[in-house]
Amino acid sequence: MRIFDPHIHMTSRTTDDYRAMYDAGVRAVVEPSFWLGQPRTHPASFYDYFDALLGWEPFRAAQYGIAHHCTIALNPKEAGDPRCLPVLEELPRYLAKDGVVAVGEIGYDSMTPAEDRALAAQLQMAVDHELPAMVHTPHRDKAAGLTRTLDVVRESDLPIEHVLIDHLNETTVAAATDSGCWRGFSIYPDTKMDPDRMVALLRSHGTECVLVNSAADWGNSDPLTPRRVGEAMLAAGFTEDDVDLVLWRNPVEFYGLSGRLDLDAAEPASPTHEGNSVLRGGE
Amino acid sequence: MTAADRDRLGALRSELDERAQDWLKRALAEPDRLEISFAAAKRACGAPHAVRVRVALLAEHRPPAARLAELYRRGNAAERLAVLEALPELAPDTDGSELVHDALRTNDPRLVAAALGPYGACCLAPHDWRQAVLKCLFVGIPLAEVHDLAPRAAGDDELARMLRDFAAERTAAGRTVPEDLHHLLELTSRPAPARPAPDRSALDHPATGRPVADHPVTDHPVTGRPSTVPSPVDGPAAPRPTAPGEQRPTGQEI
Repeated sequence: MRIFDPHIHMTSRTTDDYRAMYDAGVRAVVEPSFWLGQPRTHPASFYDYFDALLGWEPFRAAQYGIAHHCTIALNPKEAGDPRCLPVLEELPRYLAKDGVVAVGEIGYDSMTPAEDRALAAQLQMAVDHELPAMVHTPHRDKAAGLTRTLDVVRESDLPIEHVLIDHLNETTVAAATDSGCWRGFSIYPDTKMDPDRMVALLRSHGTECVLVNSAADWGNSDPLTPRRVGEAMLAAGFTEDDVDLVLWRNPVEFYGLSGRLDLDAAEPASPTHEGNSVLRGGE
Repeated sequence: MTAADRDRLGALRSELDERAQDWLKRALAEPDRLEISFAAAKRACGAPHAVRVRVALLAEHRPPAARLAELYRRGNAAERLAVLEALPELAPDTDGSELVHDALRTNDPRLVAAALGPYGACCLAPHDWRQAVLKCLFVGIPLAEVHDLAPRAAGDDELARMLRDFAAERTAAGRTVPEDLHHLLELTSRPAPARPAPDRSALDHPATGRPVADHPVTDHPVTGRPSTVPSPVDGPAAPRPTAPGEQRPTGQEI
């Protein structure tokens, strides 16, 4: 079972996770830029973070045979903080980079006017840089947040087929499916979705344009939940090809819209990067 | 752009397809868009040409030091590598030693190795160079990637001491000693090159054209006093000038 986790925050995970992910079949990940649990107070903090997503984390992932790409944006949780708004002006520089396969995570947290402006501006940046957009739906007031998100996307110049809307669940899947966007589902140990509920949604709404992710980060989460979904799909009678479509081909097709997906990156570039001493660099 | 730059650019162009040639022509003519074209070079010209295309862009536009530093700091790993590769091309107008030190502080072996290329081999003070070479052994970078390893290591007793200590620590921990260490230890036991060094010009600081020994010697990290350990490039041929009131250190301090 080959797995592409289209949404995971590896910055917060350990090398044990990388090893366990590889053993579970994960060969590629996309790390969306998001908040870090604690609010940032300076634009420069974002730039260091973006640098890590573009340099250090892909290098770390490659040690474990996993291709790492990222999405770059001013995230919804911090888009309302005036201290962070200068980041918007610096984004074009980062959106030009090879490892960036989408603008994201963008979207709503509290549905404020500041978030409206940041969302619209960043959808336009996706158009300008020929990138798809990865859109987070709010944890609170999710259904209303989805409706408003879809309205803003429709008003933008970005085709809905170039938009992935994430963190969907039973209450939002129908509206998202009807819109024609790509649909993302985050599988968490306790909250969001779980493997069996996910399988039920795949039965009722199909496997086309559906992505399953762990959204694992610094909170209670598990990088192996996509594997659990694959196993639950097989147990429920889905074929291996169905599993491959959801866990590999769909994310490859969506992020492939960027033209920048390089799945050979999982292979270490040279013997230089192999060996325990590299992994323990700085020991 | 020098004649050598033009030759390199001509050779590079001949390897690019028509679309990439057009892109490169535009990028070379648009200094204001250097940040964007520098980032997009791989997609526009293909992975095998990306480094040379980026170096060509830097050689053509010759960004001032602050802009070059931004290209490096805001660059992904491939872009940073290209900046480090371009430093010899940009010398002597640009002093890239800060970028070399930044790369040596990382734990990315590609950047560490690039920092020890022709530019780093020239600009690093003896203490920094030894630390960098030891870091190569530490993180598994083949020492064959270090520029001018043999002439710099020859006669370097301090480097030899560091290598023996490192080997002892590894052995005490029951871990293997990198094969390269023994080779490097052998290099340190060779006599320092006779003066003037056979390839003295290559040892001159690329940014200033002066021998590296003319630069302030790095202070010893513990004592805060200048290191005085002799090496082939900071030896008696060009002693560091003594500041007024400063007593020239005389003893072995490390």
